[in-house]
Amino acid sequence: MTDPISVSGLTKRYGHTQALDGLDLSVRTGEVHGFLGPNGAGKSTTIRILLGLHRADSGAVEVLGRDPWRDAVALHRRLAYVPGDVVLWPTLTGGETIDLLGRLRGGLDQHRRDELMKRFELDPTKKGRAYSKGNRQKVALVAALAADVELLLLDEPTSGLDPLMEEVFREAVTEARDAGRTVLLSSHVLAEVEALCDRVSIIRAGRTVESGTLAELRHLTRTSVSAELDRPVDLTGLPGVHSLSVEGDRLHCEVDTAQLTPVLARLAAAGVRSLVSRPPTLEELFLRHYGDELPGPELVTA
Amino acid sequence: MTELDTARRVPEATPDAGAERERALAGWAPLLRLALRRDRIMLPAWIYGIVLTVISTASSYQRLYPTEADRAQVAVSASTGALRAITGPAFDLTTVGGLTAWRVAGLASVLAGLMSLLLVVRHTRAEEEAGRTELVGAAAVGRYAVPVAGFLVAVLANVSIALLTAAGLVALGLPVAGSLALGLAIGAAGLVFGAIALVTAQVASVARAASGTAGALLGLAYLLRAVGDSGATWLSWLSPIGWSQQVRAFSGERWWVFLLPALLTAGLLVAAAVLLPLRDAGAGLRPQRPGPPVADPRLAGPVALAWRLHRGALLGWTAGYLIVGAAVGAVASDVGDLLGDGAQAKELIDKLGGGGADVVSTYLSLIVGLLGLVAAAYAVQAVLRARTEETEQRAEPVLAGAVRRLRWGGGHVLVAALGSAWLLLVAGVALGLVHAWRTGDAGQIGRLIGATLAQVPAVWVLGALAAALVGAVPRLVAAAWAVLAVCLLLGQVGQLLSLPDWVLDASPFQHAGDAPVHTPQAVPLVVLLAVAAALAAVGAVGLRHRDIG
Repeated sequence: MTDPISVSGLTKRYGHTQALDGLDLSVRTGEVHGFLGPNGAGKSTTIRILLGLHRADSGAVEVLGRDPWRDAVALHRRLAYVPGDVVLWPTLTGGETIDLLGRLRGGLDQHRRDELMKRFELDPTKKGRAYSKGNRQKVALVAALAADVELLLLDEPTSGLDPLMEEVFREAVTEARDAGRTVLLSSHVLAEVEALCDRVSIIRAGRTVESGTLAELRHLTRTSVSAELDRPVDLTGLPGVHSLSVEGDRLHCEVDTAQLTPVLARLAAAGVRSLVSRPPTLEELFLRHYGDELPGPELVTA
Repeated sequence: MTELDTARRVPEATPDAGAERERALAGWAPLLRLALRRDRIMLPAWIYGIVLTVISTASSYQRLYPTEADRAQVAVSASTGALRAITGPAFDLTTVGGLTAWRVAGLASVLAGLMSLLLVVRHTRAEEEAGRTELVGAAAVGRYAVPVAGFLVAVLANVSIALLTAAGLVALGLPVAGSLALGLAIGAAGLVFGAIALVTAQVASVARAASGTAGALLGLAYLLRAVGDSGATWLSWLSPIGWSQQVRAFSGERWWVFLLPALLTAGLLVAAAVLLPLRDAGAGLRPQRPGPPVADPRLAGPVALAWRLHRGALLGWTAGYLIVGAAVGAVASDVGDLLGDGAQAKELIDKLGGGGADVVSTYLSLIVGLLGLVAAAYAVQAVLRARTEETEQRAEPVLAGAVRRLRWGGGHVLVAALGSAWLLLVAGVALGLVHAWRTGDAGQIGRLIGATLAQVPAVWVLGALAAALVGAVPRLVAAAWAVLAVCLLLGQVGQLLSLPDWVLDASPFQHAGDAPVHTPQAVPLVVLLAVAAALAAVGAVGLRHRDIG
């Protein structure tokens, strides 16, 4: 069976802005896939193309084995979408909106709808204009999560939710995965991504810069090492050592995870009194790709 | 739980009223500049459109009726009920200025009122609804700064209209006092409706309802003076549009009449200022009532959604068309007595776009033409609702469902097409029934229903043009309004300006016929329908091939 989402070499230009510049993305059946990137990296554009709302300039896009531009209607019966900025009809109540969105897709699990509404503490009798941002978000979440679909496209779905509701959201996504659904989760909440996602794709300036499981990604990055040694040791010149600082017998550095063994051997030879080694957090991983510290070739755009 | 509660504005007591006032108004100047920047194309278009309508009318009268003897002939026929209902009361028609004021004071006042109410709602309530007011409200911006800036946009626009109109008429060689009076009369009517919109913006629950209510009051004002000017003069004095005419520009100006719009505007501003702190940001005065927790089973598709979104407005429009149809039906048979059948009357009616035949039929055909134009305005705004849904990101969740793009866009187009035809049918039935009852001629019912329905193809051409723009060139949707305005001006003053036939023929309403004067002709109507279908097809193809949202 093919991957629910498979994208390669996707490009999209709006006037003078190159929104996507050869993006690759593959999401496997039954996983929660984190879709990360700084603001303006092209996440929402990608999702709009996956929905067939916008047309790709070039590249191959398949969603659930189909071309989303040509087969949008048939595809949309099998997927549900939550936009990052939910705008409701001011004169429709939340309950009406949830039912309407469900029916537009071809049906809603009534039991799940009521249950989710309770868990998200959503008042369905309020008119759209009276909801706060978080509550508007809940309306879209309930409509999407109560749908009996194979694929969920969630574009920063928790913006505006309070921490308690965020917890409810995490439970609901976990349940969706356990029920065999595939989830593409675009998010800036790193704790959420770390807790929920099996695999992650990081994009920047319209290109994928990193993709894999969190463990794999960690492997590609640096481990922070702090040590107290019996006698000073010189690590300069060793491959993969960065940000080295030495203060007498104390030492701190960042080591490419693949180069840990020789570094640790050198430290052991100098006699280790204490050693703290910490794998990089997702946050550090992120900052490396988001920040300007590592300008990759993708930055050289017209 | 609700953000609205926390946003409730509690009036704080301060000893220093001056400082309090300053705080309440803080930030109005940059807001005004922002509004003018946003409207830098639309605002001049409105202003020049209105000013040029007045000035070009005056210049045509100068050319067509150069001597006082020419004008005296027109005056005889113009001082009669039928024309007064459409244009306004006739005062001194022996001068070019007097003729101009008689012909355009009402029309220009309606346009200025429409401009002002749209401007005020756009810069106050619509901004609030879009959430942008909160953005600026959190900055050092006082509670009254947004409405004050919004109203000042309307003030600037109307002052410009008044001064430019006066200057243009003076430049044509007309008397200064009359020119100034006519300019100010138009601007004053504009301001009144700006102030009305400021009040409806406080009361209504959504921006659309605010401009809808203000627009309905504008229609009512026009109708009051139309009925008043055909006989019951006191009714004209209840209408801000009537005041513009009662100023009697170029006919011994009655400056004291300006007190009426001044007092009403002041009163409305006070009312808006009192109402504003009583409501929450983003909400109207009417309290929120809970709605149904589940959707009606019929609310199950894009067409049903479009109907749900349009039905409230269509109900209001239906009431309006019913009232106008009945009112016109009630006065139509008297028009003949008042006007007589003189040759000059016919000549003048010809100049206004009528075509021979009996006076009552000519009067009715003019009214039917107006009903058609206004129905086209309904059709255009209903079609453009699709674009609004898209730009406000409400199309995205619908199209993320199993919904064909054509069904989504088609839902709005369908409501526009059937809704506009329905309005004309309602007006035709009301007009026909009342006119038949007044004349005792049951044949009038079918004749007048046929006459209003003959406008449908032309109305659909405008609606389909809007659909073509939404589908194919969504950035230019405002052009649909421009085309409608051109059709209105061509119909109202096109013949008076002696424009070449090919220009006049560009308006679909030119081909809708002049029923009930002549029986509607099938061929032009079928051609119009074909044009509408072609335009709709362009929209459909465009919509299928472009990015949405």
